[in-house]
Amino acid sequence: MYKYLLALCALCLSLPLVVSGAPLPPDSVYRLPPLMLVDQQGQSFALDSLAGQPRLIGMFYGSCHMVCPLEIDTVKKIQQQIVRAGGKPIPVLLVSFDSRHDQLSDLRQLAREHHITAPLFQLTRVTQGDVGLLGGVLGISWRALPDGGFVHNAVLTLLDDQGRILARQDAQNPPQAEFIQAILAQQNSAR
Amino acid sequence: MRALCWLWVLLLSSAAMAGASYVALPGGRFVSALAGNRGQAQALTIAPFAMRVEPVTIAEFEQFLARNPYWARDRIPQLLASADYLKDWASPLRAGAALPASAPVTQVSWFAARAYCASEDAHLPSWYQWEYAAAADTRRADARDDDARNQMILSATLQSTGHAPGPVEQDPANVYGLHNLAGLVWEWVDDYGAMFPRPDARDPGQGNSLALCGGSALAFHDRGQYALMMRVAILSTLKPSDSTASLGFRCVRTIGE
Repeated sequence: MYKYLLALCALCLSLPLVVSGAPLPPDSVYRLPPLMLVDQQGQSFALDSLAGQPRLIGMFYGSCHMVCPLEIDTVKKIQQQIVRAGGKPIPVLLVSFDSRHDQLSDLRQLAREHHITAPLFQLTRVTQGDVGLLGGVLGISWRALPDGGFVHNAVLTLLDDQGRILARQDAQNPPQAEFIQAILAQQNSAR
Repeated sequence: MRALCWLWVLLLSSAAMAGASYVALPGGRFVSALAGNRGQAQALTIAPFAMRVEPVTIAEFEQFLARNPYWARDRIPQLLASADYLKDWASPLRAGAALPASAPVTQVSWFAARAYCASEDAHLPSWYQWEYAAAADTRRADARDDDARNQMILSATLQSTGHAPGPVEQDPANVYGLHNLAGLVWEWVDDYGAMFPRPDARDPGQGNSLALCGGSALAFHDRGQYALMMRVAILSTLKPSDSTASLGFRCVRTIGE
């Protein structure tokens, strides 16, 4: 039985990932090895299941008191500017790089504190797979500090519906005009 | 006593894994040559860990690819490897006769190095773990004050530059039983992108010639460690998808978790 399961897995891995019939492009983030996530509502999903619409993606850790609240604030300001310019709020995925400490209850509390609701704005932790690979492709690095904190950078990345990286901005800066334009352009081309 | 038991279990389990040999390092207080966030010396506590005796070899990486063809150069997603990835190999799964099987595997991205280590139930070392292991020589756990030894490492590093690395384990083991921590290859570390050799170098791969030509000295409080500075400077110029002919890796395991 085990042998058949292995064979099935091997077959699945050898098949190209597809979104609505078309294979994902070679530079898609959704082509990373499988990453399972759970959001603040306890919803489990695979990263590649998010293919199909443009999305903002970033990373954080729950006990961060400086950069991470700023990152969430930047996301909210981006949404406001998009709506003001005639667009619609874009789905956002923030992934914790501290799965060890950021449990579901922490995500829930953080979402409550910052008035964040899924599925439009998902705060997630990794339950299976290597979160470091995601950080690497998004240009996000972190190093644990002895006090439990991290030295890290904060980057927001715009993915198109296929998972290609279209634009990035430092999450510690206010919304950048080029970044907003890139999001609006994606929404317009999808219409 | 409990830690000793763990070490023993770890050594036994590593011996049982095909080919992969790890030794336990006791850890303890360690002052990194890399300056802290405010430019001062950093006294750290390194937890006990186990490290691979030598860098991962070409033969070992071939075995990994046979089991995990996702990481072969003809299949690996574009985001996880540059055009240089394993480019000197004769075919996607075989290095070929021109590359010695017992030499360290190079031309691998940070992503692939991570995946390899995970396949050994291990991970890439942090910079501090690597630096701590490399501070030893054949007699002392911390030989960094020895100018002659530092000069020797620097000479070996400069001599090996531009040459394809030879077989592993041709040097005498250090006090922990580790080989090739100097002079053979550069090595990926897990947190290489977050070492910030310059205060503003927070984007991996965005390093420039200043970093390569000595700007990283600014991030060292111990400026006698030239070979170490070169290592940090080179790592800081890389993106995780990059690979070079002189960059390999080894893995570590956590003890006691």
